[in-house]
Amino acid sequence: MGKRRVAVVGAGLTKFVRRAQETGPELSHQAVKMALDSADLKLKDIDMVTLGTAPDAFDGVHMKGEYLLSGAGGNNKPYIRNFVGGGTGVFAPIHGWMHVASGAADICMVVAEEKMSCCHPHPAGAFITIFDHTTEQPLKPTLIWIFALEMRRYMETYGLSAEDIARVAVKNKKNALDHPSAQVAEEVTIKDVLDSEMLAEPVHRLDISPSSDGAAAMILASEDVAKRLTDKPIWLDGVGWNLDTSYWATRDLYYPRYVEKAARMAYDMAGIKEPSKEIHVAEPYDPFDYKELHHMEGLMLCERGEAAQLTADGVTERDGNLPICPSGGALGVGNPIAATGLMKVIEIYLQLKGDAGKRQVPGDPRVGVAQAWGDLMQVGTVTVLRR
Amino acid sequence: MTIIKVPVKGLSSKEYERSLKVTWQPELQYAWDNGIAIGKYLEALKDGKILGSRCEKCHRIMLPARSFCELCWRPVDEYLPVKDTGIVNTFSICHVNWDASRLKPREPRHLPAVIEIEGASAGMGIMHLLGNVKPKDIYIGMKVKAKWKPRKDREGTITDILYFEPVRK
Amino acid sequence: MNERVAIIGIGSTGFSPVSPDLSFKELTYSAAVKAYDEAGLHPKEIDSFITGSEDFMEGYSIFDEYIPDQMGAVLRPAHTVCADFIQAMGVGCMMINTGEFRTIAVEAHSKASNVKTLDEVKAFGLDPVYLRTLKENAEFLAGLEMRRFLEETGNSVEQCASVVVKNRKNALINPEAGHGAVLTEFDVLSSHPVSTPLKHLDAAAPSDGAIVIVLAAEEVARSLCDNPVWIKGFSWCSAEGNFWSRDLSFAKYASLAAKKAYAMAGISQPSKEIDFAEVCDEYSYKELQHLEALGLARRGESGYLTETGATSLEGEMPVNTSGGSIGVGHTFEASGGMKVNEAVQQLRGLAGKRQIKGATTGLVQSWRGVPTGTGSVAILSNES
Repeated sequence: MGKRRVAVVGAGLTKFVRRAQETGPELSHQAVKMALDSADLKLKDIDMVTLGTAPDAFDGVHMKGEYLLSGAGGNNKPYIRNFVGGGTGVFAPIHGWMHVASGAADICMVVAEEKMSCCHPHPAGAFITIFDHTTEQPLKPTLIWIFALEMRRYMETYGLSAEDIARVAVKNKKNALDHPSAQVAEEVTIKDVLDSEMLAEPVHRLDISPSSDGAAAMILASEDVAKRLTDKPIWLDGVGWNLDTSYWATRDLYYPRYVEKAARMAYDMAGIKEPSKEIHVAEPYDPFDYKELHHMEGLMLCERGEAAQLTADGVTERDGNLPICPSGGALGVGNPIAATGLMKVIEIYLQLKGDAGKRQVPGDPRVGVAQAWGDLMQVGTVTVLRR
Repeated sequence: MTIIKVPVKGLSSKEYERSLKVTWQPELQYAWDNGIAIGKYLEALKDGKILGSRCEKCHRIMLPARSFCELCWRPVDEYLPVKDTGIVNTFSICHVNWDASRLKPREPRHLPAVIEIEGASAGMGIMHLLGNVKPKDIYIGMKVKAKWKPRKDREGTITDILYFEPVRK
Repeated sequence: MNERVAIIGIGSTGFSPVSPDLSFKELTYSAAVKAYDEAGLHPKEIDSFITGSEDFMEGYSIFDEYIPDQMGAVLRPAHTVCADFIQAMGVGCMMINTGEFRTIAVEAHSKASNVKTLDEVKAFGLDPVYLRTLKENAEFLAGLEMRRFLEETGNSVEQCASVVVKNRKNALINPEAGHGAVLTEFDVLSSHPVSTPLKHLDAAAPSDGAIVIVLAAEEVARSLCDNPVWIKGFSWCSAEGNFWSRDLSFAKYASLAAKKAYAMAGISQPSKEIDFAEVCDEYSYKELQHLEALGLARRGESGYLTETGATSLEGEMPVNTSGGSIGVGHTFEASGGMKVNEAVQQLRGLAGKRQIKGATTGLVQSWRGVPTGTGSVAILSNES
């Protein structure tokens, strides 16, 4: 037996907003319907459904996957929820890939949803319980701590300045001006980022993506089905994921070794030997601006410590040699956690099809990578798409 | 298919205020079993010590104490106290609380740090707070020492260490 | 899918109402050590890892953070499914069938004793607008479903009580079970009502415990293991997501999943070809409802079969020889794992006093509890 090749044949995406009028199941439904329409399929054509969504604490429902089931098209179907924290959005299509590559499904619906606005007074409060309940939670930690700690370690290691980091936020928020789903697209300057409220040094408010509501969906199909459905299948040729130890304070935070491991797994599967040359467009996860740089290095798209210089040189602009986050990323489009990851995979899908409209990167890209990251700075999820 | 129009309506603050809402505040309570290793770790804190565990195969002295070596996949060989001094690996000066509310201008800032503890293997850090130090004076590589609660007030929790403060020569 | 998958190692901690001596990490580690030892593998030799868990049962926002160390899965491809053990096992079978993985470890555990407000957690699982606002204990949904099921099938509360008597008796001879007892139907019927017709003793009591298994592709299984247990068919399915849209008399999710699992295993006459079944009995009536949905009893006859001993250890179709969740203890996502463990022991001939002679094929089934309509089925066999 050999593994079956898996193609992306359709996608759907809602607007990302601070507070959606729609409920979680309704958000999911909107994305699913749009994906079905894009592939000219009906719900009855879908064999299996896998849904990714981050903590139950956001939507405020225990067993959130079961709550979202009917909106995600899971009624009377094999339906399952996958969950790797912030890495879930890119893991969801990886889970879909398992369904199709194994032969369990010919057509699999992949859904990602997040409705963070349900959590009061602020979704950030849900994050205190990501820390170890005995050895860390009594210190009253906030999510921003770990980013601030990691960002400082990264800056210190390579001698980077706040400006070097802020440039990513400026680029992504500008890129997002062309994205119809965008929540916080705007023209800002490096000075604007550095003048924005200081939350946890060195992290400013504009270094961070917003909290958002939104959903995304993607349809995966086996090779024979894909060829019937479209003359332009985009192949999901490499998948990788990796989880590092829970004892996060015992690893050096300057480098995401788990992202590198996940990337190597995906590149090996896709037959990619020199990622910096063979990959034409990338969507690394950018919930904080320094994370884009961190992840470019973990994905081996550049040397360690080199990502900031490439950004300063304009290489990562949409018209640069290596466009990074042409969608606008989490910093510009918004960050409904799981939905953001899938939005990134969808962006690569559209870029490779040549359907990214105003966001289309030049040079006829044929290979792209999307990546997400999550848990306690601990999990990397990577997909390689190819035309 | 170029995505041009996307569904879903965002509510403005005003619309949100006016909308009907269902609210629920769950009363979720847990009492987690500490087990062998963390049980010992907390006992040691009460005794004014930071407890690690040692694996004879990889020769690591690990923090916090654990009952098995997750890399060698075997039980640890020994529990042993390490020092209560360490080196700041990274730190932040934080102006917000855990629920995203903002500190008032005069309130002292939170000073979280990863501290590599001396006596444990290189890189073995724990997250804790810094104290008795001006924020601008903190730097990576700074040597710090645990400031313990008075013995009679210790309860066997991580907060038995109030904070880590600079070692002044 | 054409790659055969077998269970080549299994580790169980046993089940008890409390487990204060071990943390959840230490509990899971002790099960994983047994499973890996039986498989003859170091975790570095296992290709990928899966955990079935739900955040609010652990008291964490992102429990996936805390799965790698005790599985030996540090810096390895590990992931969480918010699903029961048998679904997670199914995902493992799918992964092996992609051709990219040869061995997979699957884990689920319960530290239900650490959840001090279990009823609150269950209520938090209800639809926030339509159900939770009624401010009823989530168990009321089981009461509603039980009444509809009995009404439409003609099964009786007495027959439900006989499920409890049977399962707690089986548990007496299962050293891993925490709730073995000698009871009568009268004891069950006279226990205090939870949500009528559901009585206190109709419901399984929460328990702690952990289960880990190692799955392997055929070639690996044959080279490493003398007594592999083959997963001949598996599936999972959900009925309508909304509780109020379902036919409450019938477990459609189990019926749909069974159809697929039977087809995969080449089973056309389940009640003849299956030697024993471990089905979800979180509530007594659920055992009956599931037997009917799985085609192991005709509609309306599951109660009669139970009452007349056909599902007892000595009967034609022994059901829940382990004692089921009612006899062993309810371990949430790990419940399916407990049932897989029983099936493996039966198929290896290691079930001691509970051993069914000559058993070759067993069915395991699980359901995710109220308010869900999601469940899974797998067919296990000691013959390839």
